[in-house]
Amino acid sequence: MKESLINESQLRDQLSTLSKAINIKKWDLGATISKDMSVQIDKGNPKQIKASQKNSITIRVWNSENLVGITSTSDLSEKGLQKALESAYQASQFGNISETPEFSIMSKAELPLTSRPIKDSIGVKALLASLKNAEKDLLNRHKSINSVPYNGFAESTFERAYINSEGAIRHLHGTQASLYLYAKAQEEGKKPRSSGSIKLGYGASDIDINDCIKEAAEKTLNHLNYKPVKTGRYLVCFKPEAFLDLITSFSNIYNARSIIDGVSLSRKDSIGKEISSRILSLNDNGLHPSNITGTTFDGEGTPTQDIQIINNGILKNFIHSEATARIFNVMPTGHAGIGAKVSVSPDWPVVYKNKNQKAKYPLLNYQKTKDEFILVENLNALHAGVKASQGSFSLPFDGWHVKDGIKTSIESATIAGDFLRLLKNIIQIEDDGIYTHQGVSPHIWIEELTVTGDK
Amino acid sequence: MLLEQDFLETHSIDSTFKKNLEFLLSYGTSAGADFVEIYVENIDNTGFLVEQDKVTSVNPSFGKGIGIRVFLGNRDGFVSTNDFSKQGLIFCLDQALGMLGLAKGSNSKNSFQGLKSLNDYSINKVKLAIECPTLKESTNKVLEATSLLKKHGRRADVRRGSYSKTIQEVLVASSDGTFAKDLRLYQSIGLNVLAVDKEYRSSIGRRIGSTEMPRALLDWDSEDTAKEINESAEKMLYANFVQAGQMPAVLANKFGGVIFHEACGHLLETTQIERGTTPFKDKIGKQIANKALTAIDEGNTQGAFGSISMDDEGMKTQKTVLIQNGILKTFLSDRAGELRTGHKRTGSGRRQSYAFAAASRMRNTFIERGPYTPNQLIESIDNGIYCKSMGGGSVGATGQFNFSVEEGYLIKNGKLTEPVKGATLIGEAVDVMPKISMCANDLDLAAGFCGSISGNINVTVGQPHIKVDSITIGGR
Repeated sequence: MKESLINESQLRDQLSTLSKAINIKKWDLGATISKDMSVQIDKGNPKQIKASQKNSITIRVWNSENLVGITSTSDLSEKGLQKALESAYQASQFGNISETPEFSIMSKAELPLTSRPIKDSIGVKALLASLKNAEKDLLNRHKSINSVPYNGFAESTFERAYINSEGAIRHLHGTQASLYLYAKAQEEGKKPRSSGSIKLGYGASDIDINDCIKEAAEKTLNHLNYKPVKTGRYLVCFKPEAFLDLITSFSNIYNARSIIDGVSLSRKDSIGKEISSRILSLNDNGLHPSNITGTTFDGEGTPTQDIQIINNGILKNFIHSEATARIFNVMPTGHAGIGAKVSVSPDWPVVYKNKNQKAKYPLLNYQKTKDEFILVENLNALHAGVKASQGSFSLPFDGWHVKDGIKTSIESATIAGDFLRLLKNIIQIEDDGIYTHQGVSPHIWIEELTVTGDK
Repeated sequence: MLLEQDFLETHSIDSTFKKNLEFLLSYGTSAGADFVEIYVENIDNTGFLVEQDKVTSVNPSFGKGIGIRVFLGNRDGFVSTNDFSKQGLIFCLDQALGMLGLAKGSNSKNSFQGLKSLNDYSINKVKLAIECPTLKESTNKVLEATSLLKKHGRRADVRRGSYSKTIQEVLVASSDGTFAKDLRLYQSIGLNVLAVDKEYRSSIGRRIGSTEMPRALLDWDSEDTAKEINESAEKMLYANFVQAGQMPAVLANKFGGVIFHEACGHLLETTQIERGTTPFKDKIGKQIANKALTAIDEGNTQGAFGSISMDDEGMKTQKTVLIQNGILKTFLSDRAGELRTGHKRTGSGRRQSYAFAAASRMRNTFIERGPYTPNQLIESIDNGIYCKSMGGGSVGATGQFNFSVEEGYLIKNGKLTEPVKGATLIGEAVDVMPKISMCANDLDLAAGFCGSISGNINVTVGQPHIKVDSITIGGR
């Protein structure tokens, strides 16, 4: 039996005693404790090895006027908890009278059964040895690959807890690991090119290191022979990672918090409206087996769920916290954080094709199509180039200009458009949903988007 | 507790505390480490959000932690923890030593000579926290600001104001005798508006940041900012998308400096030499930019968001000339950078918190003023773009940078004309630096946050108006 990092019963008893002493009757908390280890390599030598032990707790209290205050701290000592409670109580004097969060009505509901395995740590020496071999292997894949400037192999064990003064008590123990290899290659007289791969697993021993090396090498080498692309409007195919980046960046269209705050592209009455091509369906499913980082409950203790967002192009549901669900008169969906104003975030987008609807161009296939198109592999600088509340984007990308079946890497370019128009202009969704580290999606084809190149 | 947690609240370090630090440092060096550093941090933050005319969220947080870094040759091991107990700290130190193949008592000679006397940069700063406005005063000020957005904005549909005050107390003790302490006060204010008219939308925001200026929030001219934001939002509301292509550009002062920060500044950090991701590695003394360009990074400007008295490795801050008249003079270096690349430390070792090892990072980075007026730059262009306000940006592993234009105008025949939106500027540092051909005389700074290897840190970017002879504009 492994030693637990969080003793949730003890934490509940401590908070009960401390809150009574300052006459707080209603409180809840979210706590996370993690132990992480990571290594980096530089040309065969260990560069930096890191380990950390982190505590984090957020305490919410309701004062006698039912106004909410919170405080977060890394100090889990009794003194730290007491200070956090007092600070949260002071903050409650500034609570928002017009929107007060309550306990989720689902904070005691049964949690979904998941088969999340707990993996043993392989330790720093094994992480280093594996990463060292991976770097060597990647460098040996091609003479042009001259360095792996960004690399890391990490593993962590973590525990999360949610507890409230009405008896809800949630606890989750998990392990996860990640490997990333980002190679840089250069041929004489040409500019350096770089690309990489990231793999996640429940433990370091789960990670397919060879696949990560292969993918990093292929992605990097495929871009060695680049050419500028002519500025213009093109047929575009988004690879799964790129489309998932876009849909996540514009998730305000199905985020109830954003709608209430007036920063969404949707409105409260958008449910039932057609917002995309009829072939598109989208679920948000934190419980999907490919979601290594998923948890079984959110910041308010609500169970994680599989929510249908878009079906046949029709907007079906929004994602909710307790407070937004109450305003919309629906049930919370398990997408909440914890706070005085509770944030709402998507979990795990799963994009798929509605097989009952025919695509406008059903034969388009990113490997077979002879028509001229742009294949977008990665979108960059999303934080700067996405205007989520305006619905527009203008983003640098890595990708290919494909003509007559021949792929030519694009030297440097941006792609721009309106997200809602893009959804309407989806003309083909390929059959195979690809599992990525950020969700599931097939290749998605868009009728026309503007690409800015170098000439 | 080996390192009593309360010492940071009392702002006093007694001889027992110093002795305990020396015990840990000696423990590390006697195990064979070349260098051991202990970074102790106490942080207290209060942030809140105002939406429309209500405070919707007050978010206090506090915490303490320790980062221990051990070097052996060029390699290092780093461990961070919230556990201040003797057992916890020795466990961490053993873990860091073990990462380098070292163990307690494995080395007979111990080079550690004890800590020097405390270099206390926090003297006279304890009062800073007391002089800050109360939470009530602070919320009232930001409520006034969002109300001014309404007063001056006909289309101001969504109005937001945010405020964050951080008091960070840090202590650095290392086996070369460094023993330094500082107390920092950071405040930042954000004000944003989303203007809406039917299907038209535009969002504009401004950030104001300060260091060690307790009255900064109350002294802020919120009406001026509210007017400026609304004016920009309304101009951009009906703007057409910019047509893609290559053209000359004039970048405004203040946050326009993000181009230098992204395009060049990051490439002058020694971490980039270590990774082999800077094209400027062997260019010290060489012309890498137009002769019109001189660039500085420093931590001295009073009140600026990136100012620090000492860096996070205990070194006094300094002014570093990066580029002078186009010639590369200096890289920004930290301890690991000096060890691995040979470039002398510049007081630039910075980190978000105890959970990160320090790395070479920028502070207040700006292009020096030049001889022209902003109008002379615009008048020199027949067909180009004026970037009045920038959004964020980033630089990739091959030196390719990009940043978005929040507010832009076309330049035609030397005059500003219609507003345009949706522009992204992209390019590579080696190509664009020689093309910065004119600098105006109106240098000004703007606060921002920079995310990189050692986490998110406060920085200042800045420049006068500058002209770039040709740059790729991504648009529609």
